[in-house]
Amino acid sequence: MNSFANTPHSKPLETDRRMVKVSARDVCVRYGDKLALKHVDLDMECNQVTALIGPSGCGKSTFLRCINRMNDLIEGASVSGSLMLDGQDIYDRELDPVLLRARVGMVFQKPNPFPKSIYENVAYGPRIHGMANTRDELDEIVMTSLEKAGLLAEVKDRLEESGTGLSGGQQQRLCIARAIAVSPEVILMDEPCSALDPIATAKVEELIDELRQNFTIVIVTHSMQQAARVSQKTAFFHLGELIEVGETEEMFTTPRHSLTQGYITGRFG
Amino acid sequence: MTEMSQTVTAPTDAAARKARQDARLRKRHAAERRFRALGIASIIIALTFLGLLFTTIIGKGYTAFMQSHLTLEVYFDPAEIDPAGTRDPQALATANYIALARQSLQDLFPEATSRNDRRQMNALLSVGADLELRRMVEANPEIIGTTQRVVLPASADVDMVVKGHIGRDAVEGGRVSQQQLDWIAHLEAQDMLALQFNTRFFTAGDSREPELAGIKGAVMGSFYAMLVTVALSFPLGVATAIYLEEFAPKNRWTDLIEVNINNLAAVPSIVFGLLGLAVFLQFFNLPRSAPLVGGLVLTLMSLPTIIIASRAALKAVPPSIRQAATGLGASKLQVVLHHVLPLAMPGILTGTIIALAQALGETAPLLMIGMVAFVVDIPGGPFDPATALPVQIFLWADAPERAFVERTSAAIIVLLGFLAVMNIVAIILRKKFERRW
Repeated sequence: MNSFANTPHSKPLETDRRMVKVSARDVCVRYGDKLALKHVDLDMECNQVTALIGPSGCGKSTFLRCINRMNDLIEGASVSGSLMLDGQDIYDRELDPVLLRARVGMVFQKPNPFPKSIYENVAYGPRIHGMANTRDELDEIVMTSLEKAGLLAEVKDRLEESGTGLSGGQQQRLCIARAIAVSPEVILMDEPCSALDPIATAKVEELIDELRQNFTIVIVTHSMQQAARVSQKTAFFHLGELIEVGETEEMFTTPRHSLTQGYITGRFG
Repeated sequence: MTEMSQTVTAPTDAAARKARQDARLRKRHAAERRFRALGIASIIIALTFLGLLFTTIIGKGYTAFMQSHLTLEVYFDPAEIDPAGTRDPQALATANYIALARQSLQDLFPEATSRNDRRQMNALLSVGADLELRRMVEANPEIIGTTQRVVLPASADVDMVVKGHIGRDAVEGGRVSQQQLDWIAHLEAQDMLALQFNTRFFTAGDSREPELAGIKGAVMGSFYAMLVTVALSFPLGVATAIYLEEFAPKNRWTDLIEVNINNLAAVPSIVFGLLGLAVFLQFFNLPRSAPLVGGLVLTLMSLPTIIIASRAALKAVPPSIRQAATGLGASKLQVVLHHVLPLAMPGILTGTIIALAQALGETAPLLMIGMVAFVVDIPGGPFDPATALPVQIFLWADAPERAFVERTSAAIIVLLGFLAVMNIVAIILRKKFERRW
């Protein structure tokens, strides 16, 4: 069992013919003395949605937060192993986390728009990264981002209203628009639909599928159905270990590991 | 058999349970009623004392806003002002102007001929009349040789009689003689002695003569001291709070600093005064009695309050906002300046204004650094000797003259007015900047 858990790539995936965007090798995360993530090897490919599933506390969010170094903010967290973005070490001392986060965007569990106008919410990222020289360019970025997030039609007459006045689903799509406004290469989503109703969830899932054309997406989800619906590749975590990884369809039809099978059939978790 | 016993005991059981429940319920309601009554009683007591405070202070103080003035026909005698006829400013400045006003009184009451009578008659007029007449002549020397109708301040004793604080019946050994009372009655009957709005109270500095004393010197002293306090304590306090809350590592040293700041907030203010005396006056040799030093001491005093309030406000900003900005690639400083600080601003401003209001009403530390001196001149800047409004109240409360009692209360009214305004500003700012997320 152990040997299996440690070699999730025993069966070759389609990895070979796709470009690997983010690649993790032997990644361990400690919170103080506690080992929260144990020796994870995982590749995330371009233009694919990789879903991370597993019971609460299994380390999937921890792994996600490693990719844009959000764990740096947590006191006592330390990361070992190697995480590569396009062959560049994410934890390189030379690499400024600020620049990394411009390339690896993030959408959080709870919609967290800034208490500013809708326009300002989206414009903030491009502004701090100096992506627009004129007001027109900025307008352009804001509009395209809202358009891509499927929100433009709903909010185009009230861009100056507060982002916190939108409904939960709209707020989450605003957060997605905000994330894609800085044209990241990877978007990390930490249970983006857990605070949304089924209709809003459906919209966000649709959006994720569209965004796949332009971005590499890694999504943490508690809902197996969601993983099955939106992802091409699924990784199952349990107690800090990566148990199994594979094509989503295969994972949900013929899981190879008994823990995976137990989890996706609802016997635990 | 068992079934039988059940059917027999069940109803009594239920009844007993119901009775117990009712008793418990009654007890609970009674406790709640008692608590409510206690709460209402304490509010009523608090409001009563507040009402008492306001009625006594306003009741005693409002009369100070009016002041008795004598309206006299004064002949600007060239022989008295400018005997040489040169209109030399030096001569004009040193002339005995009060003699002119005294002459008009003499004209009114020719019967006062004895030395004692004249002295009593002259005592009706404030010594401030001299300055008043001099200013008139200096502003317009043309009036020399003419007779002008002039409004001059009456003395404090006359003022007290007019306001009814001193009885109309002469008392043996009292401050006002029967003769003076008769004159006062005569002047009032002639409409030559009447109450007017007391502008001098707001435009003059302190004086030994109650009728000439004003709060402007103290208000300006307080103003300069507060200016120094705001300029130093707000940026220092907020920067400290931001560093400790957002940037500082959480270790034993920062814990120690935090404990110290919390303790400083509870240090008696007189201790800060002693610190100011030792450090600013004796070590740095800054000028004594200066609002600058007062402001520095008050800064030390209000810093802990501002830091604690600002830290609480920063802590109250939801972490999701920080994460959102960080996730977009904002640097730590950008996160704080663009997102956290604006959201924490209402809380920070409220805390700051409350700390400043506290500092404005502070007396004890100012006594230690010499702002308790008797200062007549209105300070022109933070380096001039000055006193502060609460210290002025303290000084006047100590003065023996009856007329200072109402001035003390009036100054308290002004101080309370400033404090009320500051608190209202705090509320408005909070309402204005408050944002929901």
